[in-house]
Amino acid sequence: MDVVLRHNSLDLAAARRRCRDYRRRILDISQQVTALHIAPAFSCTEITDVLYNALMRREASGDYRDVFLMSKGHGCMSQYVVLEEQGVLSRQDLDAYCKPEGRLGAHPDYETPGIVASTGSLGHGLGMATGQAYAEKLKNSDVLVYCVLSDGEFQEGSTWEAMMMAANLTLDNLVAFMDFNDFGGLERMSDGHPAFYPLVEKAEAFGWEAIEVDGHDERAMYEAVTGREGGRPMMLVCRTVKGKGISFMENVAIWHYRSPTKEEYQKGVKELAEAPL
Amino acid sequence: MRNRFADVFYELGKADQRLCVVVADISPAGSIAKFRSEFPRRFINTGVSEQIMIGMAAGMAQRGLKPFAYTIATFALYRPFEMVRDDLCYQNLPVTVVGIGGGVTYSTLGATHHAQEDVAIASAVPNLSVIAPCDPSEVEAATRWCAVQEQGPVYLRLGKAGEPDFSKEAPEPWVFGKLRQVRPGRDVCILSYGPIMKRAFALAERLEAANKSTAIFSVHTLKPLDREGLIRTLRTYAHVIVIEECAPNGSLAMRVKELAWNADINCRIDAFTLKDAFIHCYGSHDDILDAHGLGVSEMAARLGLQ
Repeated sequence: MDVVLRHNSLDLAAARRRCRDYRRRILDISQQVTALHIAPAFSCTEITDVLYNALMRREASGDYRDVFLMSKGHGCMSQYVVLEEQGVLSRQDLDAYCKPEGRLGAHPDYETPGIVASTGSLGHGLGMATGQAYAEKLKNSDVLVYCVLSDGEFQEGSTWEAMMMAANLTLDNLVAFMDFNDFGGLERMSDGHPAFYPLVEKAEAFGWEAIEVDGHDERAMYEAVTGREGGRPMMLVCRTVKGKGISFMENVAIWHYRSPTKEEYQKGVKELAEAPL
Repeated sequence: MRNRFADVFYELGKADQRLCVVVADISPAGSIAKFRSEFPRRFINTGVSEQIMIGMAAGMAQRGLKPFAYTIATFALYRPFEMVRDDLCYQNLPVTVVGIGGGVTYSTLGATHHAQEDVAIASAVPNLSVIAPCDPSEVEAATRWCAVQEQGPVYLRLGKAGEPDFSKEAPEPWVFGKLRQVRPGRDVCILSYGPIMKRAFALAERLEAANKSTAIFSVHTLKPLDREGLIRTLRTYAHVIVIEECAPNGSLAMRVKELAWNADINCRIDAFTLKDAFIHCYGSHDDILDAHGLGVSEMAARLGLQ
């Protein structure tokens, strides 16, 4: 099979502009409906961007060759805005988010363009990603499966079943990004669940290559993936800030699911516009 | 049943490279062991980890493979239930979940190994087809259907081993979603499915001895239920008996009565299901069925037979 792969490139200035615009678009949508998870989308905005715009390879047709699976379904706004920018989803699709005439919900749904799995219940994505990566091995393809998870998902036993199996099967075509924002829906994880740590060591003990990086630093994430040793699955523990980019949302648990009032929205828009790129 | 499934799967798997089997620490019986040694990459053992068994099967189906997830029925359906529901059914993926030892087949192992509500629970989930063959012949037909179908997930509920072939002489072939007459008769009709079919045949003998010509139908497809076929049957026979190895809530018996009521059919319906109880009894399959009130003599007595 002759496939011409169009590699994306890492342009950090462009990435910063895109991420600012993604956050602005999500803020705008928050004024149309109340059902959205802003802060969990803002913590993985750079993760989603670096995957779509730098790491994932495309076919000559423009379609992605590699797979993006959003296991933390409540982070899907970050994916929707990228898919909108790329023309996979339309502006109308996002304008009709969570409205009966639209097709986008607060969790991603299989067979929506650009969405490869229905998620929302935590602890499902890495299992499916493991099956997908294994299927690509059976087909002798070079497709890479990227899976974005929340740190909270690593409290689910099913995630660790997947961690074990992916390593047993030496799935070097599976790369997981843990959005390590240190918040569940209720509280700061490191306060309530100290035994959850350390994370890199746990992943390594389960047979994964693992590294901790700044999850808002696209160069760091790009270099960690492209420079990986290989031969086994890889996990990036991406240290992030929940609500990143809007001062009053950062590290405040309530913004897991709260929508901003009009005044809060205007303040947020101003902060985004004034923040240095 | 288990061995026939293995033989048929092996034969189909040789021809179709998309067929894979994902097990959770269950020793491969008969020809599945042969499949494993010939196609080791298409036999995956996730160990004692049923959630990843279903999750992986979903992911493999999403990338074009045709996986069968295979383990003891309680662990195939109950332990990873949310994966069955969300990963397989919500996404409508053509994965077959094979539950070995449906009902109370594992009669010495206690209720932790009794899938006594599996048909009711599986039937409640959208998109999930539910098939419970009554004997090795039906297992073969059902397995062949599961291997080629693309419409969505299936719960294939099997017994264990050693079941006789009840449907060898059946006047009708096995067709997915269709009631199947396995024994002709005029006066009374027994509806049953799965390994408890043996008791349907035993009870039919008692009925025949009382000069009641008794038909038996295998309701092998519990979902989608053959409503038209059932209504036709309920209109044909004045007396219908349901015998099943399933808890009463959500049972076939409940659905048959509902159909009769909705269609305004005034036939007599007797229902013999498992009890809504965990029975602390350890013995043969027959012993446990007896303990659930499904002894042939007890059923005959409840029907007023001598």
